[in-house]
Amino acid sequence: MSIVLAIFLGLVILVLAAVAIYHKNLKVAIIATGVVGLFASVLFLLLAAPDVAMTEASIGSGLSTIIFFYVLNKIRQSND
Amino acid sequence: MARHYAEHGAAEVGAANLVSAVVVTYRGFDTLGEVTILFLAAAIVGFFLKVNTRDNEREASLRKTSEILITASTLLIPTIFMLGVYIFMNGHLTPGGGFQGGAVIATGMVLMIMAKPNVKFNHKLLAFLESVSGVGFVVIGVLGVLLAAGFLDNRILPLGNFGSLLSAGAIPIIYVLIGLKVGSELTNILDSLKETQNEK
Repeated sequence: MSIVLAIFLGLVILVLAAVAIYHKNLKVAIIATGVVGLFASVLFLLLAAPDVAMTEASIGSGLSTIIFFYVLNKIRQSND
Repeated sequence: MARHYAEHGAAEVGAANLVSAVVVTYRGFDTLGEVTILFLAAAIVGFFLKVNTRDNEREASLRKTSEILITASTLLIPTIFMLGVYIFMNGHLTPGGGFQGGAVIATGMVLMIMAKPNVKFNHKLLAFLESVSGVGFVVIGVLGVLLAAGFLDNRILPLGNFGSLLSAGAIPIIYVLIGLKVGSELTNILDSLKETQNEK
């Protein structure tokens, strides 16, 4: 059962990573990166690594996305 | 080597969480490297994004945030802080530790920035907290060299009962210092990014 869930999560991560690379709208790409971090955190939990899962969830899908949005705002301002 | 850690870790170090026993005690020098990297990153961001304290005309132009966010944040922010403090205080018993607890506290600060965009952080207090925690961490490491077997060894304090809160020697103190340091560092970075948003 957990193998099926792990394979399904892996495929979803691949699809979302492709969205993050190839999408034109940068906001969607940043959010896709954050969701990849979230699913990777669940995958770490399935592989019996709770410390890594906690770190990935808080830093990879929380703080990293916020910092990307701040930087995107600064780039947009200097472009306009 | 891994078999030695798994078999003798609980007896030698006295921590119920084996990962924290490896990170803080057996491989304590690597943790010093991690703390240094975080400190360097925060210092570089603080150097490049220097905050101007005379940007006061920006405050009136921000839109007022929604009432749901303000009301929910008054409930959620203390809970998130308490969760972060719980994570790094029980780092030797449950999964987690100093870095995770500090990151959770910084996420609570992000919620506060989003709910109340005019909030002003006291940069001097954050810098003071970060420096004191960093120096304390190095002092405990050197005490480990002087009084026990190696850098950041936790046997400078008695090992105590296995599984209780005051067990595992100096690991709770180390994790409290790391949690405070990481939390104040990440808050400094986020606040520098927020304050320099509208500069031309």
